[in-house]
Amino acid sequence: MTADVLVPTSADEAASLYGDGAGITVVGGGTILLPEMAVGRARPGRALMLHRAGLGTVDAVEGRVVIGAMVPISALADAPDGVLAEVARHVADAEIRRSATVGGNIAAAPAADAQRGDLGAPLIALGARIRSTGAGGERIEPIEEFLAGDRAGRLVLDVQYDRFERRSGTAALRRRHAHSFSIAAVVACARADGSDLRIGVSGVGPTAVRCRTVEESRDAADVLSDVDPIDDAVASAAYRRAVLPKLVRDALDQLEPA
Amino acid sequence: MKLIVNGMELDIVSPPLTPLLHVLRDELDITSPKAGCQQGGCGTCTVLVDGEPRRSCLTAVATVDGASITTVEGLGDRDALSPVQAAFHRHYAAQCGFCTPGMVIAATALIQRAGGPVERADVLEALGGHYCRCTGYVKIIDAVVAASRGEVDQIEDLPVSVAGEPEVQPKGSPA
Repeated sequence: MTADVLVPTSADEAASLYGDGAGITVVGGGTILLPEMAVGRARPGRALMLHRAGLGTVDAVEGRVVIGAMVPISALADAPDGVLAEVARHVADAEIRRSATVGGNIAAAPAADAQRGDLGAPLIALGARIRSTGAGGERIEPIEEFLAGDRAGRLVLDVQYDRFERRSGTAALRRRHAHSFSIAAVVACARADGSDLRIGVSGVGPTAVRCRTVEESRDAADVLSDVDPIDDAVASAAYRRAVLPKLVRDALDQLEPA
Repeated sequence: MKLIVNGMELDIVSPPLTPLLHVLRDELDITSPKAGCQQGGCGTCTVLVDGEPRRSCLTAVATVDGASITTVEGLGDRDALSPVQAAFHRHYAAQCGFCTPGMVIAATALIQRAGGPVERADVLEALGGHYCRCTGYVKIIDAVVAASRGEVDQIEDLPVSVAGEPEVQPKGSPA
């Protein structure tokens, strides 16, 4: 069966063609959808292809950074903020990062056998907000709420975060080869005076999670009240429980002035 | 849709969501990009899209409408191998050969981008998404480093055509 293909030429047209998302398969870079199609797990009936819809720029607007959903992850390697670039450089490999998009990394549902969305942790730590459209129209919400909600009926338009001087820390455990998902990854950001601490953890469950308990207590051991690690092919839940507090400790230590 | 494949402008009739890999192999009979895992994980389908290496199995053809595509057929030919191809030959960097097309394309892009000699660490980074299941990595890395330094002798021991053997002229070659 050949899909009915829609190719909007603006963000507004994309939003209107998407409607409430019913029966629509969104095609960004294709790096998640095409493998699913290759093995017959996805058979799009109506495909909304976003490559001509704009949404492909990183802009600085009134003290905010606005990253369009179609910005390739390779472009984030040169992003102004260190933590986003640092994590982006660990997504898949350079050739896949040229196709894979920021919107797909945020919007795609986790697969049965694979996590997705490595950018969740740094975006949570940066206090990012997601602008999306779907049933009920456009809305902007914190990324941790977007990830925790039902993303199936939302089309991500862009990601925004405020620009100010931050201290940041990252700590992660990964397998050595380029395509392995993280065992666990922690990103922490705070203002120069240590206030506004935000901590994102990814790799330990289906989506990235914000660690509000640790933000409050600043005690790394509390991370296990914020996240409940899963068993998967990459690592066991027990191992993740053992290493996570140490990774959080590492990330928090990097926030201290040198 | 149109693609400029190895310098030739071609009309494409495959449906828009068709992977570029299958457009090249099935519609255009250009078979150097291999259908390996078709999940983006092995690297052997890698081609240059407007000069940048990308996975053709992960690329819906409509998203590269109008782009310039380079495959191994566009790099060199039997009488004039490209520097990377010649280095792979010189260093015995191909065993079964299945990963070679993707490795050669990625290495070519690395050397073009660097514009001069590259280090082994650069090669590891650039080829990090490419699997050689014969595990011939050492010789592959040797070859790429040698090609980047221009240490590629003229190859004179290529197998010559046997009389009566049909001349293979791959489609998609600029020749």
